[in-house]
Amino acid sequence: MEVKGRIISINGPIVKASGLREAGMLDVVEVGELGLIGEIIRNEGDIATIQVYEDNSGMKPGEPVVSHRRPLSVELGPGLIGSIYDGIQRPLIELEKLSGAFIKRGEKTSALSKTKKWLFEPIAKKGDNVNPGQVIGEIQETGLIKSKIMVPPEISGELTFINKQNEYTIEDIIYKIKTKDGEKSFTLSNFWPVRIPRPYKEKLGMDAPLITGLRVIDTFFPISKGGTAAIPGGFGTGKTMTQHSLAKWSDADIIVYIGCGERGNEMTDVLNEFPKLVDPKSGRPIMERTILIANTSNMPVAAREVSIYTGVTIAEYFRDMGYDVAIMADSTSRWAEALRELSGRLEEMPAEEGFPAYLPTRLAEFYERASRVETLCSEYGSVSIIGAVSPPGGDFSEPVTQHTKRFIRCFWGLSKELANARHYPSIGWIASYSEYVDEVSEWWEKQNPHWREYRDNAMEILNRENRLQQIVKLVGPEALPDSQKIILRAAEMLKNAFMQQNAFDDIDMYASPGKQLNMLDIIMTFYYRTKEMIAKGIPLVKINKIKSIPQIMRMRFAVENEKLEKFNDIKEKMIQELDDIERSSK
Amino acid sequence: MKGLEYRGIETIDGPIIIVQNIKDVAYDEVVKIQDDMGKERLGRVLEVSETAAVVQVLGNTQGISLENTKVTFLGRPFEIGVSEELLGRVFNGLGEPRDGLPKPFIKNRLNVNGMPINPYSRVYPRDFIQTGISAIDGLNTLIRGQKLPIFSGSGMSHNQIAAQIVRQAKLKSNEEFVIVFAAMGVKYDVARYFLKTFQESGALSRVVMYLSLADDPSIERLITPRAALTAAEHLAFEKDMHVLVILTDITNYCEAVREVSTVRGEIPSRKGYPGYLYSDLASLYERAGRINTSEGSITQIPILTMPNDDITHPIPDLTGYITEGQIVLDRDLHQRSIYPPVAGLPSLSRLMKDGIGKGMTRDDHPRISSQLFAAYSYVKNVRALASVIGEEELSELDKLYLKFGDSFEKEFVNQNINENREIEKTLEIGWKVASLLPKDELYRVKEKDIEQYYGREK
Repeated sequence: MEVKGRIISINGPIVKASGLREAGMLDVVEVGELGLIGEIIRNEGDIATIQVYEDNSGMKPGEPVVSHRRPLSVELGPGLIGSIYDGIQRPLIELEKLSGAFIKRGEKTSALSKTKKWLFEPIAKKGDNVNPGQVIGEIQETGLIKSKIMVPPEISGELTFINKQNEYTIEDIIYKIKTKDGEKSFTLSNFWPVRIPRPYKEKLGMDAPLITGLRVIDTFFPISKGGTAAIPGGFGTGKTMTQHSLAKWSDADIIVYIGCGERGNEMTDVLNEFPKLVDPKSGRPIMERTILIANTSNMPVAAREVSIYTGVTIAEYFRDMGYDVAIMADSTSRWAEALRELSGRLEEMPAEEGFPAYLPTRLAEFYERASRVETLCSEYGSVSIIGAVSPPGGDFSEPVTQHTKRFIRCFWGLSKELANARHYPSIGWIASYSEYVDEVSEWWEKQNPHWREYRDNAMEILNRENRLQQIVKLVGPEALPDSQKIILRAAEMLKNAFMQQNAFDDIDMYASPGKQLNMLDIIMTFYYRTKEMIAKGIPLVKINKIKSIPQIMRMRFAVENEKLEKFNDIKEKMIQELDDIERSSK
Repeated sequence: MKGLEYRGIETIDGPIIIVQNIKDVAYDEVVKIQDDMGKERLGRVLEVSETAAVVQVLGNTQGISLENTKVTFLGRPFEIGVSEELLGRVFNGLGEPRDGLPKPFIKNRLNVNGMPINPYSRVYPRDFIQTGISAIDGLNTLIRGQKLPIFSGSGMSHNQIAAQIVRQAKLKSNEEFVIVFAAMGVKYDVARYFLKTFQESGALSRVVMYLSLADDPSIERLITPRAALTAAEHLAFEKDMHVLVILTDITNYCEAVREVSTVRGEIPSRKGYPGYLYSDLASLYERAGRINTSEGSITQIPILTMPNDDITHPIPDLTGYITEGQIVLDRDLHQRSIYPPVAGLPSLSRLMKDGIGKGMTRDDHPRISSQLFAAYSYVKNVRALASVIGEEELSELDKLYLKFGDSFEKEFVNQNINENREIEKTLEIGWKVASLLPKDELYRVKEKDIEQYYGREK
């Protein structure tokens, strides 16, 4: 069905049209002679308000608007992985072939390749009764990921036809199902509206940590698979660097990286670097599990608004196959600003700082799409969302940060002071928190029963050091007694030898859980032991001279993830040296 | 309709006029407005319905009457003519010759708004530009294709620094830069200072200038940087040149954006600036970089004066979120006559990591610069402590740090306005000041760096 109307007024990306009474709310429309993609966001009387996803200069009142009576959707099927899309799922590689290095408007191309052939292996048989979400076949999409062909949600019935194992394109008919409304044919791909969460059987608890390889996160502020986290930070504090590290090393099966209103060169950096990086588990290039969505700051603002929905819908599709998916959204503030800009053009009444009153609702809807679920096909999958927030002036009291805090359970606040001292990742341990600590404790304690105790005590040291620093600022560190100086010493070790991590060092950039545990064990053993010694009256000056300290400070660079036994030597040597001091002081 | 002339307008409000009873007018179309004295101005359609158009006049609306004004819609977006003959010329803020010479021969007219670069077609910038300024080369390296703004305050030496960069910037391959200079609302003497610099360094034939000075209509400034960047894109991406773009002063540009927004009655976000200021600035700053279809590049150095030296003000704040780092000037250093007064800690170059080190500058460069940052950051703590307990009470080590801090500022950062330091010289001074600290304190450099460079001067 097709509904035709005409433009009556234009104000930036907001266009009003008449004659669309029969078109639905949130329908996709083709606007103007160029057929630019838009979406109906308000319909009153005979006037429909449309938000246009491409630059519409030169457009005139009187030009046509056409609705095909379907919502803004993404195409889901083989070929998603390794792709780079704009906010409305146009493949940027194909756009380059069509219009060169600059994006011309009105270019249309299919999201998935229509000519590429995929080796389909059927699982279901003709005559089977199939249910929504059931896997009827598989495709080895990349070396890392097996893509499952699932019966679309809301479809069930008898499988009347299924193609044999062979190579097919996404346009070939693969299977037919006799449904209540008659027989329907299906290909390898299908569409899903971006603003509607994909269905699942049940939401589950989240007790497995998403291992990120970043020590400050995994050990101090862990996130669960299926969890939500926010990274707020002023410019230059390393939001994007942290997001890149997470995208590289997280132990999720699939990464969806959304560059929402950020720099073009950052996406280029990802595109250059990821194909060269190798997944520590499988040894395959990490690009084989990554999907990029790039709607940079100079690309149309309305498409920026939709880009995060495009990303999360793709993530849910892989979750439904039973994969653990992690989404990096950089930055949700730019998305919120796009909402504000469009809201302003609609002349809506603003709430705080010009943001629309529905900002918290939209944020809640987005973060709620993260979860660990039992899928329709009875697999277990998860979507974790990690959103960067860019607060103006680095001030966390602004609306986007504050509202985001209400809907996430993990807060990695970046600190300007740490970034200025080039301490990366600059996640500040005083402002940050994670509500998943209790949930993931069990997992960690299976690796080392002392984990929770070490972690909590380490946090305690960092907090006490923070208070002591207030005094140090007034009287200098020399004036403190040894029992307090040891806290400064241990905190320095935790900060420089543990929490700080160099993203460019081949050994330090990723720390396996085993490496993290060993490092924490050494530092905490040092602290417990020296604390005892100081209580016995042994001066800290003596302890500070042991040769193990520089070794501990450099162990993050020195010990590879595969050679954890080296830690035993470091620990033994340290204990030996401390023993010697204690013996000689007797 | 193209070329159709309308007589009489409905409303005039500051730089905005509303024309009624129009037909077939496009959004973003250029408009010619002629008052009854025959004076012409250009304008742009901001909003259009079937019967009325809201037009932004790129000039002064003084003298425009409701009745006898003639309005012509030109049926095209705002364009400037481009060709290699732009080089050596001076234009006004709207791209018309200002140097008294005839219009240049042009090959092609381009929409000043440009088109967004496909992120997939970008080439990641990684070529080191030597500016000869230690504080930049050593610690906040400028990379070809980068957008690196100077955050300054009124009265500080941002113009001198920009001019020094223009004079000294060179690539390892010794290729020359072409310079596109856009002045938005700056005083005549500032424009003259740059003109003189270009003349003296013999660069004038390689410079294109777009000048919208302080006494030109403020609305013109909305076009000026776009005209300049359109010229830059032509020279870089069609003519394969390496272009250095200086935009000064972004603060004045943002004021013009705010002015139009207020007149239109838009809902303001922070400090009265419109909510779309971020996207608007991004549409300028993102027009830098390199693409895979051309050898050329655009390196942008925007200059902005932070109102009241406040880095959290919306203009520097939004800029910092878009650009690839920032060079921040420090009032305190400036008062102590340190030139260039580049603040050590808040300055940053995001692209530095890929453009320095082995094969590009020198192997130890990333580590020594990280070490200088770390040590200088500690100096700030020691100075704060010293101001409370007095220098005498500091530990011996902290006293060394104070000494390091002073010599870092006086020897490494400070240099003569005409001094062009080679990168080796910059690193040598860096090691000289780092050697004031004991070896054990230099934990961000490698053992072999210490062996090779530590204390070589002594």
